[in-house]
Amino acid sequence: MKKNISNFYRLVPVLLLIVLVSSGCSRRSVYGTAVPGRNTNVGDDGTGARPPRTIDNGPTIGPGTGGITPTPIPVVEGNVPNADDAGARDKWDNAIEDRSKFETQTVYFDYDKFNIKPTEVEKIRTVATHMKANAKHLVVVEGNCDERGTEEYNRALGERRAQAIREFLAREGVAPDRVRTISYGEDRPAENGHTEAAWSKNRRGVFVLMTPK
Amino acid sequence: MNLFSHFRGARLWAATALLPLVLTAADQDLGDINRPGGANLFAKPIPVYITGYSGEVDSVLKNDLFFMGMDSVPEAQANYILSGKFDGSQIEGSLMDKVNKNYLTRQAFRGGNARVQAHTLADTIAVALARGPGIARTKVAFKAKKGQVSEVFISDYDGFNLQQVTQDSTLTVAPCWAGREVLYYTSYKLGNPDIYYHKLTTGERHPIARYLGLNTSAAVSPDGQHVAMILSKSGNPELYVSDLGGGNLRRLTTTPQEESSPCWSPDSREICYTSRASGINRLYRISAEGGAPRQIATIGASNCTEPSWSPDGKLIAFTSQAGSFRVCVVEAKGGEAVVLVEGEDPSWAPNSRAIAFVKRQNGNRVLSLLDGYSKRTKDVARVWESTSQPSWSR
Repeated sequence: MKKNISNFYRLVPVLLLIVLVSSGCSRRSVYGTAVPGRNTNVGDDGTGARPPRTIDNGPTIGPGTGGITPTPIPVVEGNVPNADDAGARDKWDNAIEDRSKFETQTVYFDYDKFNIKPTEVEKIRTVATHMKANAKHLVVVEGNCDERGTEEYNRALGERRAQAIREFLAREGVAPDRVRTISYGEDRPAENGHTEAAWSKNRRGVFVLMTPK
Repeated sequence: MNLFSHFRGARLWAATALLPLVLTAADQDLGDINRPGGANLFAKPIPVYITGYSGEVDSVLKNDLFFMGMDSVPEAQANYILSGKFDGSQIEGSLMDKVNKNYLTRQAFRGGNARVQAHTLADTIAVALARGPGIARTKVAFKAKKGQVSEVFISDYDGFNLQQVTQDSTLTVAPCWAGREVLYYTSYKLGNPDIYYHKLTTGERHPIARYLGLNTSAAVSPDGQHVAMILSKSGNPELYVSDLGGGNLRRLTTTPQEESSPCWSPDSREICYTSRASGINRLYRISAEGGAPRQIATIGASNCTEPSWSPDGKLIAFTSQAGSFRVCVVEAKGGEAVVLVEGEDPSWAPNSRAIAFVKRQNGNRVLSLLDGYSKRTKDVARVWESTSQPSWSR
């Protein structure tokens, strides 16, 4: 980080020179050229002619990037159209999330698999018991993968893992409409390492209890 | 509202980006790219002697021409000579056939900035040497990740002019271009992976698929009429297609296993995707109208995901995973798979020669560009901790 900053400041004279030279020359209006070809203006493709730039709002050094965090493009949120079953999500959106209740019930999977292992069955039964005793409670099942797969495939695999848990809960007597699945693929690892020790902790299904407000 | 009006200090940025493209230390050698018949799948580079330019303009020109199949060589080895100059306000270039002494094209460009002018000249040279369409002024959209957060960014294909598109502070993933002004992507902003339409010129966006379960992997057809996507609303993840706003949703697959990562044929009539219907991941193609899927043979490559159909229609690039990840290509009708490079998630440039893909480095990911013929790669400067999921604009 320190190194990046000092490199940046070392560049300042160069940058000023570049800006001065390029802005100074951009006002040249005489087209004098040894090339008898066409004189074409750049700028019809949306990347072209721009008004003169100032450097007062230049980029900043971003942490961990070795580079720059650019100005984001503003977002104008449009109306959310009614999907067929969008309303079905409302009851989850209006519930309070409890991530600790079933912390020790996290279900682990084998590599590239979504079947429920015998060692994990009791955890799901514990959740099922709670759900049957608390008829108003809902539960979200989060499906996760290790990094040994391609990203969008893992998003699909994570969904299957969450669905496998939901199916198990249904067989235990929990209505499927009280269980919602969400896949994070490999994007939300529990452990950041790159060994089987970390991967085995990342191939998991996490229960999040949702209680109505 | 102009997309670029929010991007102040463009020259400063270009200068401080410290050459986002880094030539990799050693060219990777993963065996013979040539087919048994001996023909490379890609056209041999045209040797061009480039003279008269210096500094940033010179490096932009050479880099652009390299990814369009024109190598910068000493004069003695050249078939063509590109001579010209950049005087601070305009670029000039003359392309001469070294044998006949004929000028193929003579151009001068002004406006924009030095990089845009150099890119424009490079595209003109590519077209003059039948290596078009030019790719020098295209953009790449991608995912950048930092901790538990990822956002969608866009930049010039060479990593310059970086712009952050989303600011959702959640997971936003899997961007896909629709034309040059619209992106589709998946955002977890509303607590679920939903597919969004986002018009970059106005900033306007809205979800087009927010069903229960998974909504992801949007792929817009080249004719701009349809969106292919993966939804799990009716069970396990399946392939669907809709119109651009998400209406007229049709389910295309009905397998007991998961589908993932669809892409379109250049004529917008077919979709190629990954399915584990046979027990392992293979590539399939299906009519966008529905019907029976056909498996695409990928002889020599297993566990195939992330297909990308070349814009000329001939090849499908994909990721093969057997221990490590490799970017491969196969003829669109199927056949023997050819390994191009260690890496994953390929996205073709419009010229069906250059490919953006992802390398894993020390646990993080970085975007890299590949020249299909030489298999040489150049890494694009990483944004945040990890950059992946490139989508190359048309």
